Amino acid sequence: MAFKQVSSPHAHAAQNTAQVMKLVLLATIPGLVALTWQFGWGSFINVVLASVTAVCCEAAIVKMRGRSISFYLGDYSAVVTAVLLGLALPPLTPWWIVVVGTVSSIVVAKQLYGGLGYNPFNPAMVGYVVLLISFPIQMTTWVAPLALLPAGTAHPGLMESLQIVFAGYSPADGVTGATPLDVFKHSSGLLVDQVYDREPLFNQAMFAGAGWEWVNLGFLLGGIVLLTQRIFTWHGPVGMLGALALMSIIFWDSGSSSSPGSPLMHLFSGASMMGAFFILTDPVSSAVSNRGRLIFGILIGILVYVIRAWGNYPDAVAFAVLIANFAAPFIDNYTLPRTYGHTDRRRATEKEEG
Amino acid sequence: MQEFAVILVSSILINNYVLVQFLGLCPFMGVSNKLESAIGMAAATTFVLTLTAMASYIVNAMVLEPLGLIYLRTIAFILVIAAVVQFTKMFIEKTSPLLYRVLGVFLPLITTNCAVLGVALQNTSKDLNFVQSSLYGFGAGAGFSLVLIFFSAMRERLAAADVPESFKGAAIAMITAGLMSLAFMGFSGLV
Repeated sequence: MAFKQVSSPHAHAAQNTAQVMKLVLLATIPGLVALTWQFGWGSFINVVLASVTAVCCEAAIVKMRGRSISFYLGDYSAVVTAVLLGLALPPLTPWWIVVVGTVSSIVVAKQLYGGLGYNPFNPAMVGYVVLLISFPIQMTTWVAPLALLPAGTAHPGLMESLQIVFAGYSPADGVTGATPLDVFKHSSGLLVDQVYDREPLFNQAMFAGAGWEWVNLGFLLGGIVLLTQRIFTWHGPVGMLGALALMSIIFWDSGSSSSPGSPLMHLFSGASMMGAFFILTDPVSSAVSNRGRLIFGILIGILVYVIRAWGNYPDAVAFAVLIANFAAPFIDNYTLPRTYGHTDRRRATEKEEG
Repeated sequence: MQEFAVILVSSILINNYVLVQFLGLCPFMGVSNKLESAIGMAAATTFVLTLTAMASYIVNAMVLEPLGLIYLRTIAFILVIAAVVQFTKMFIEKTSPLLYRVLGVFLPLITTNCAVLGVALQNTSKDLNFVQSSLYGFGAGAGFSLVLIFFSAMRERLAAADVPESFKGAAIAMITAGLMSLAFMGFSGLV
């Protein structure tokens, strides 16, 4: 009787890429709901439009390369990229912004490198940065959160939003507005307390910035679900949020006019939570080992704070992630885990010296 | 102190010679296939950049300006660079024959690295003093090293990627460099 030799682990739950990607998609729902609740239908339209574009682009490229379309589309990775990009883009932005961004993400950042598993940069963030540099006006026009809308008005409904996105109708007065980080960047002459008193974005807020705190809490919730499902390890998100918090505590000078803002505002404004749990946890473009991921996360946290506080751009998650992606292979090179049977860190393929 | 920090941050990140000013692209593409040779190249180029920034300042301030020969600046700087590169080449040949062999033709080609001449010329047009010029040269070299080393680690990974046939090799390296350049635009306005 022949026994088949099987190495450990002996009991395991097979989890394929498609299941992981679907779980990530489900985990974005709290964030999407918060965005739709606070900023209207715009984000929802972005997500749908980006997903359709992404699937078409991916199918076209895979077809051009003569591969199996159903196999490559079946892993849902294109949809995840598109959803993340759609969530990051400003609501009610013109349709062509979404399409250009998605095409840059899927075609340039992902498929030119060979598709899922090979892309050195996070595709969604490449799309975002391409748009931010090419179309700064459209990309920095946000929608005002629910609490700031003029009394008696509401965000445009679904039909009206579609008209704004596709037919170029301009939204009603008071619907568009700046983001908390934007406001903070452009009020350098005021003490922090004065900014908080004057700006409705802050005095209507519970602790960080009207609307934005809910969006970030939504992404935090989704991220914790993914963490408990062990889709990613804690190293990246904790490294980033820890570094961001630490930097903002160090440079928080209790509210002078040149203060870059409180730690709470940095953690719960802009793309902090989405970046920490959905962007830098991308297993392909981040560092590989746990130690590497911790360093990778810390690097992103520091860069986000540095660019937010002293750079030109109000938010910096996309830039920080791309720069860290660029550094990731180098980080990997110096954070090799110890291979089994060796006492020091070395590649499994490396030869013993001497 | 603050002034020195500003010069370093500006020359390493904000005005990175490779990714923002697009100077020195030939070694950036040519020597980035292997991490080890990239580290050697980065060290050699940083050495040359710092030394030429100093030497060209001296030549400019002590020879060209007093004699009214500023129109000979480019040619004089090329001569200075060639001499410094020759010195570096001899130095590496004696101290590390292995690195010398690995770098091969790219070592003498540092002479034609546009970043080296670029730094020397920019220093004179910015009217910097001796310490500032040498710091600028060092910063330019450090920025060059940073992106060259990161890029070579990335290219080692790209070598295993399933890149479409028509984009293999230099094409995908150029696209990667372009995306990196996009990322570096995030540093604008830092100082």
